[in-house]
Amino acid sequence: MADSQRRTIYERSCCGRRAFSLPALDVPEIPLGELLPAGLRRAAPARLPEVSEVDLLRHFTELSTLNFGVETGSYPLGSCTMKYNPKVNEVACRLEGFAGLHPYQPEALAQGALELMYELGQWLAEIAGLARTTLQPAAGAHGELTGLLIMRAYHEAQGRAPRRILIPDTAHGTNPASVVMAGYEPVAVSSDARGGVDLEALQALLDADIAGLMLTNPNTLGLFDENITEIARLVHEAGGLLYYDGANSNAVLGISRPGDMGFDIVHLNTHKTFSTPHGGGGPGAGPIVVRDILEPFLPVPLVERAADGRFFFDYDRPRSIGKMRTFYGNFGVLVRAYAYIRGLGPDGLRRVSEMAVLNANYVLEGIRDLFDVPFQRRCMHEFVVSASPLKQHGVRALDVAKRMLDYGLHPPTTYFPQIVDEALMIEPTETESRDDLDTLVAALRAIVGEAEAQSGMLREAPITMPVRRLDEAEAARHPVVRQRFPEDEDDGA
Amino acid sequence: MLAAVGVAGVEDLFSEVPEEVRRREPLALPAAVSEAELLGELRRLAAADTPATSLVDFLGAGVYDHYVPAVVDAIVSRSEFATAYTPYQPERSQGVLQTIFEYQTAICELTGMDVSNASMYDAGTALAEASVLAGGQTKRGRIVLSAGVHPEYRQVLATETAGHGPRPQIVDLPAGAVTDSQALAAAVDADTAAVVLQQPNFFGALEDLAAAAGIAHAAGALFVVVADPLSLGLLEAPGVLGADIVVGEAQAFGNAMDFGGPGLGYLAVTRKLMRRLPGRLVGETVDADGKRGFVLTLQTREQHIRRQKATSNICSNHALNALAALVHLSWLGKEGLPELAALCARKAAYLRARLLELPGVDAFTAGPVFREFAVRLPGSAAELAEALVPRGFLAGVPAGRFAAEFSAGADLDGVLLIAVTEKRTRAEMDAFVAAVADYLTGAEVGRG
Repeated sequence: MADSQRRTIYERSCCGRRAFSLPALDVPEIPLGELLPAGLRRAAPARLPEVSEVDLLRHFTELSTLNFGVETGSYPLGSCTMKYNPKVNEVACRLEGFAGLHPYQPEALAQGALELMYELGQWLAEIAGLARTTLQPAAGAHGELTGLLIMRAYHEAQGRAPRRILIPDTAHGTNPASVVMAGYEPVAVSSDARGGVDLEALQALLDADIAGLMLTNPNTLGLFDENITEIARLVHEAGGLLYYDGANSNAVLGISRPGDMGFDIVHLNTHKTFSTPHGGGGPGAGPIVVRDILEPFLPVPLVERAADGRFFFDYDRPRSIGKMRTFYGNFGVLVRAYAYIRGLGPDGLRRVSEMAVLNANYVLEGIRDLFDVPFQRRCMHEFVVSASPLKQHGVRALDVAKRMLDYGLHPPTTYFPQIVDEALMIEPTETESRDDLDTLVAALRAIVGEAEAQSGMLREAPITMPVRRLDEAEAARHPVVRQRFPEDEDDGA
Repeated sequence: MLAAVGVAGVEDLFSEVPEEVRRREPLALPAAVSEAELLGELRRLAAADTPATSLVDFLGAGVYDHYVPAVVDAIVSRSEFATAYTPYQPERSQGVLQTIFEYQTAICELTGMDVSNASMYDAGTALAEASVLAGGQTKRGRIVLSAGVHPEYRQVLATETAGHGPRPQIVDLPAGAVTDSQALAAAVDADTAAVVLQQPNFFGALEDLAAAAGIAHAAGALFVVVADPLSLGLLEAPGVLGADIVVGEAQAFGNAMDFGGPGLGYLAVTRKLMRRLPGRLVGETVDADGKRGFVLTLQTREQHIRRQKATSNICSNHALNALAALVHLSWLGKEGLPELAALCARKAAYLRARLLELPGVDAFTAGPVFREFAVRLPGSAAELAEALVPRGFLAGVPAGRFAAEFSAGADLDGVLLIAVTEKRTRAEMDAFVAAVADYLTGAEVGRG
């Protein structure tokens, strides 16, 4: 089929076609005019597509073939932990005893779900090395906001109102954005020559106006901050709290716990570390775990176990920050995380991190000579190299990434962290075999070879994909963000 | 592999983790189990639940027990969709990008708005984002919400925006549970960033959106509507009635109830507010050969580009839930959605009329309703609901559990919120009415 004729579901629509089947009306057919006054009723129906069921399946199946998931091939997207998502998790979360629960059904009828949430909370607390978990946050960034609002409530309870949060210059973009949403001002801390937090810079910034520090460890360079206990001591001495961005937890499961490093608040991305699928952009879950002194401020409700063994939602928490979302969290995602942790056990989780770190180091050794390696250190579960040596051929990190698509691989994260020029951030994950890693290394070696010999082709890459490079500038200049229908063509919007 | 890396053992890989933070003992977690054992345990946990779907379920209040067609799981289970990351590489992500574009279109069509983002977590967080957006646009300090907005959405708004964005102010509901336009107008002033109504509101009442839009706009405020998207199969699109921002919960389209999450928040705005939109947005463009394609667009609004200057911190959203909604909406189509909506509305009208025939049962929600309504019972609604469980009914959501979110004068103890989806049959509803009648008779005897 010619790609140029790719149609949207609306363009496949054909008047009168239908897929739906609905039960027959078994109550009196009250005329709509009696049911709802004319002023409330729609004048024109929503222009949803009219397609048969097979039209619908062919459309979405075809679209799926244009996509790339973990089961399509290697996905070494740094800081995203694109590991294999076990199929048994998908069976578990679809059990009717989980998926069919209404959030307001009586707790007595949801004891299994509550037990699962209670247990998962305890396990995450053990993994984080802290006291208590809330499963409410829907994603990592949502966990950050929750943690920062807890930080705020804690300081208020101390009669303090510091206004600033320190963030290293290597941090994920969500960190400063969350800080602003929590009503704080982000202040960047520079990195030192070894890629960690610059202690002198940190000390110079610490004062009574600092509410806390947000840190990823290992950081986004894939490097473990060796000064973490000193950093924690300094921040605590200044009256601040330490927030752990758990995006890189896959490196340290059972190896080193954030609570033991000195962190007070930790978020964990179940859709990274605990294998819940990313879904093309969610849903994830971003539970947070806190130190005991912060427990009173956690959002309501928390799952508790009564003396008689029954589980219940505890709303009676007067110092709680409130509710961060409706109901209790992304339960369907949490079931998958529970299954993952339960299936692996403590030794399996540790093995995850060992293999993740081994795989990253193996790939780094395989390509070390091709790129600039900005920090000559042992990497953890991911690493960052600079494609700047290719600039002499007119080739950039973006070109390498696009060419990888032609090799059947998903590219790494590019141009992040921002302190590394032409950054390529590579995270193979533990579920790739040595063969997969060799394929990845071979592809990168071949592409660097092409950069020297065929740089023009690289700048045009990808050449085998359903589309070539897309004009993002034009998309932003003249945004077309919804289907246009033929009858709309005159309105000039 | 260890040799290739130049280490003697796995331990050496972690040589840069200082000894004082190295953990030597295993995590205190249950030992590993096989896949069969794991599934056995999870089945036992699931069997300890009695899911609403196994009973005659009249629960609603934001999450509804609608039929999810088989095509939905067939599509969302495809690993190319389910196991992909956010589409940062558009050349290899045209599938998810195009589905988001199609989803955005469906939300725009339902709501009558110009621009929808790629999804939010839920209605509560979407409302919080709408409030921040309105504050940024108007540079004003307060947001006026009807008490008819779901109490949990209001709680989420208050919690999430505690440090950032306009301060919420609640306008009480009068008898009948329809927002009083005069009270609304009295609460709005030159510092009002937005006026918020829910349609249908928490008690199922249908609000006068056009009047509220007039009040908001006359004061230079934005008008925000929290709309049940399934109701928009029948009800006028909020965009047509003057809404500037429309948000809501779209779980009813293609998503299991899942104990309340992950559902699907949506957020749509007018063209004028597009550059303040939080989250992902997909736009159409062309490739180097002029071929049609889709990309993430206006990314300078977003955290991964703009960091602290971003419109929101949202990164992962609910893309797969949005795909489920799109597939369900495509299955229903232009004719099926109004038909489904009418089916729900007629069934709800039937049950409401039958219940109101019972002595002692009074209307709490005045006027027409869509698929949900509230009645006032002579005794405690929570006790009635509990008593009917052994007879196989989830009678509804007792409004008393939200009493703290309403004014002190609101007596909600006897108020039951009842939702009726297309899954409920006349026979089930007749049996339910009989059970309520039995209970009330028995309860009266008991009290006598």
